[in-house]
Amino acid sequence: MDKQQAIGKVVSVNESLVGVITTQGAVMNGEVAYIVIEDGKRLKSEVIDVKAGQFVYLQVFEDTSWMKAGDLVEFSGLLLTVKLGPGILGSVTDGLQNPLYELAKKEWFLERGLEVEPLDNKTKWHFTPTANKGEFVTGGDVLGAVPEKIFKHKIFVPFSLQGVFELIEIAPEGDYTIDETIAKIKDKTGAVQELTMAFEWPVKMAMPFYQRSVPDKPMPTGIRILDALFPIAYGGTACNPGPFGAGKTVLQHSLAKYSQADIVIIAACGERAGEAVEVFKDFPKLLDPRTGKSLMDRTYIVGNTSSMPVAAREASVYLATTVGEYYRKQGLNVLILADSTSRWAQALRETSGRKEEIPGPEAFPMYISTLISAFYDRAGVEILKDGSSGSLSIIGTVSPAGGNFDEPVTQATLLSTGAFWGLSRALSDARKYPAIDRIDSNSKYPSLLKKEEVAYLLELLRDGKSIASNILLMGEKGITDETYIRYQKAELLDAVFLQQNSFDEVDGVSNPNRLRIMCDMILKIIDAPLNLKGKDKIRSHFNFVRQAFLDWNYMKIDDANFDEQHSKLLNLIKQRAHVTEDL
Amino acid sequence: MLQKTYDKIDSIGRSILSIKAKGVHNKELAEVIYPNGDKAFAQVIAINNEDVTLQLFSGGFGVSTNCKIRFLGKPIQVGFSDDMLGRVYSGNGKPIDGGPELLTDMVRIAGPSINPVKRLIPKEMIRTGVPMIDVFNTLVRSQKIPIFAKAGEPYNRLLANIATQTDADVIIIGGVGLKYDEFHYFRQRIEEAGSKSKTIMFVHTHRDSIVEGLMVPDLALAVGEKFALQGKNVFVLLSDMTQWSDYLRQVANAQDQIPANQGYPGDLYSQLASRYEKAADIDGAGSLTILGVTTMDDITHPVPDNTGYITEGQFYMKDGYLELFGSLSRLKQQVNDTTREDHRSIMSVMARLLSEAEERVKAQKFGSVKDDYSFRLLDYRKTFQKELMDPFRYLELEDALDLCWDILARYFKKEEVGLSSKLIESFWPKEGQYKILKPHNNE
Repeated sequence: MDKQQAIGKVVSVNESLVGVITTQGAVMNGEVAYIVIEDGKRLKSEVIDVKAGQFVYLQVFEDTSWMKAGDLVEFSGLLLTVKLGPGILGSVTDGLQNPLYELAKKEWFLERGLEVEPLDNKTKWHFTPTANKGEFVTGGDVLGAVPEKIFKHKIFVPFSLQGVFELIEIAPEGDYTIDETIAKIKDKTGAVQELTMAFEWPVKMAMPFYQRSVPDKPMPTGIRILDALFPIAYGGTACNPGPFGAGKTVLQHSLAKYSQADIVIIAACGERAGEAVEVFKDFPKLLDPRTGKSLMDRTYIVGNTSSMPVAAREASVYLATTVGEYYRKQGLNVLILADSTSRWAQALRETSGRKEEIPGPEAFPMYISTLISAFYDRAGVEILKDGSSGSLSIIGTVSPAGGNFDEPVTQATLLSTGAFWGLSRALSDARKYPAIDRIDSNSKYPSLLKKEEVAYLLELLRDGKSIASNILLMGEKGITDETYIRYQKAELLDAVFLQQNSFDEVDGVSNPNRLRIMCDMILKIIDAPLNLKGKDKIRSHFNFVRQAFLDWNYMKIDDANFDEQHSKLLNLIKQRAHVTEDL
Repeated sequence: MLQKTYDKIDSIGRSILSIKAKGVHNKELAEVIYPNGDKAFAQVIAINNEDVTLQLFSGGFGVSTNCKIRFLGKPIQVGFSDDMLGRVYSGNGKPIDGGPELLTDMVRIAGPSINPVKRLIPKEMIRTGVPMIDVFNTLVRSQKIPIFAKAGEPYNRLLANIATQTDADVIIIGGVGLKYDEFHYFRQRIEEAGSKSKTIMFVHTHRDSIVEGLMVPDLALAVGEKFALQGKNVFVLLSDMTQWSDYLRQVANAQDQIPANQGYPGDLYSQLASRYEKAADIDGAGSLTILGVTTMDDITHPVPDNTGYITEGQFYMKDGYLELFGSLSRLKQQVNDTTREDHRSIMSVMARLLSEAEERVKAQKFGSVKDDYSFRLLDYRKTFQKELMDPFRYLELEDALDLCWDILARYFKKEEVGLSSKLIESFWPKEGQYKILKPHNNE
């Protein structure tokens, strides 16, 4: 393994793409290199192409100002990696795993060439060994555990170690930093390796599954339209494309807060810095209702926002995914929110253009669809060695140019994901939030409701839509009372069940229990006989029901008035039906 | 630093030049020296071995193969001093108001972005006196938000209004591709409002080269950022970023870059974002708010489209009105819960009713509107437009909210609007007694 690292010099500079001629040593595609510029700063970069004549293309993760032809390039021989171990949860890093709070201690601005330790190496973690001296172990075996925030963090033999090793020494229970040796292992040849509680893994390499299983258990998100009609499963994938202003950001924040995952990883990739700031400044103050601890305790944020160097966007998405895979190996349910995969694709487009590759549709590189599907394939359910399971779900935001879903990134994403939540500007203009298209969205995962119920509700929504267009053409007078009632029922379903006020503490999240109660009520309303005559009377009846239902939506389930309002709603339905029968 | 002069010019384009040179830095500032001794600025934008590409601040016209290029050994910088307040500069940072050049500190332009952890969550409303903004899409300190409008709409007037009616400590106007009369208009408005002493202008007009136009936002933002770091609340106005994107496209094309959408370079999003993201409320310092203008015909055009994904909303101007639909302030939720108790509710009710009315407008075309409620909605829509959507009507927020109640009461019954009984009790105007709304001619 011990080889002389390659050295080279810069020959061309074009924004983040730098051409290098190597002067000695062998170069690996994907390895990390440092460009040493005049003031001695070392700019991190990655080999993205190896060409004839010792020519290599690097994408630089930093601003390339002041670089010149002839600057020294030092190759590292190592792929771009992430450091895995206790201390990731609750932290905020850039796309290369530099903790932002640590960087802020050095400079207010993200000056280039700054690198800090990815994981806190001062904190002592209380380690309890579970493996015994003399045991034979291999990569992925558990040596012990430390408590981290809300769960027990297993300490593994690094995944990259293959073959069988003898555990010749293991540290007794006690407090250790992540850099202290906690075990020694010996391979067949007798070579001894020291292990710590942390190890590295290349971000662009998917971690192999021990055993892969199928996502078939719905993950409650607290968002009714999703949980009922377009669910995501543990280990599943979903995408939410939409034009700007249709509510992607608010939806992402709701998912981050309320999804019933053990760990939520937010990859803020090429998006507004302000949005990431809201998360990492607000979440520490919010409580996770499931654990009673701060919401930040289950959260990790990778922030490579839109004004940070473009090349690191790609790295940020992969970084988040690798951390997700690591926590899946811990037997946890992990959710990644990648916002936005389009910005990542655009970063690839920029680099591809500078390399003068032959462009595909809309100038995206030809291989964009392969990369997108490979990314989503890293989600999934994993059965672990001890029989327990973990999952990694990915929800990717897509920001299609002009809100047009025909563009290459949206299309490739649709092919790779199991649920599609199309955001619609028409719905957001009408303030019908979440503005997820009720007709065009879909999901292949099981719902929290029964299959027949889902079909029943979707049919009503489709009917409602076609009646609405008839009303537009012919006026209310042009349709029968019966059809009008059907239309009002569809409108009601939309208004009180599918729409949700994410800024309200109560209405903003519906747990599975409440979803069930609400769904039963809405089904009762739909099925109740109603012999009202005249459009005005029908409209007025549904106005009353809507108002009562909405009031109910804003009540906590343990509120004294909750049951009372429930009865009031039931009476409203019965009474109206009754009164009409009397007439 | 050593300054080197080279004379092996390879090619000269409209805004780009290439030359053989050694030891040149990426983004280094250079001078084109004409045979008669005149000078113009240029900047290195790409290096390939000894082939160096520069963008020319004064354009390629008139540059000859016997010009020389002197590399100045420094990046582009802009002067910074309090004495700049009240002055007017061009896109190359030189004063163009006839005043003297100042001895100033030099600051870097297009510097790195601020560490997100040094940002505060924006929490302070900026009162503009424009009802469509204050009530429906509240502006928040440190927000970045453009006006989307067709060319010919009075967007610059609105921009000047907002800048002068608010409490900014420093106003920086970055004019890109301004017509001379627009430049004159800004200057006049600032002077009339008595804001000259807190305003700096960086101006690029159509007679200047596009490279200077490209520089304007960077200069304006670098100076603005510096004031913000000193604790000032800074407003940067950028008009018009569509022109700016156009210049970017021209330079990219001249470099033979592969175009993405409609000829714009693939990095249009990143380029726009690195400017707009300078807006920030800085922990332990001041703030920088950006109001831009994006002229457009169609919202799906690459410039407004990319901008919309970057900025925190947009004000959509059409036919001289500020539209409700299409406008958005992403930060309004941060502040409109602490203004007045009825603010949020009345805002959403007014919007919902207007959206219902828009449906009726469509239906009207088919002749299918026949009922009284629909007719009232249509009248409501007219009054809404007349009373609230005029961007040049000045109303304090509280008055504007009262006006909303007046309008509701004129057209609807209490139970039709879907507001909570508590709010209705406190705010519903007594029969015929409007606070702000003028009575109908026929009332």
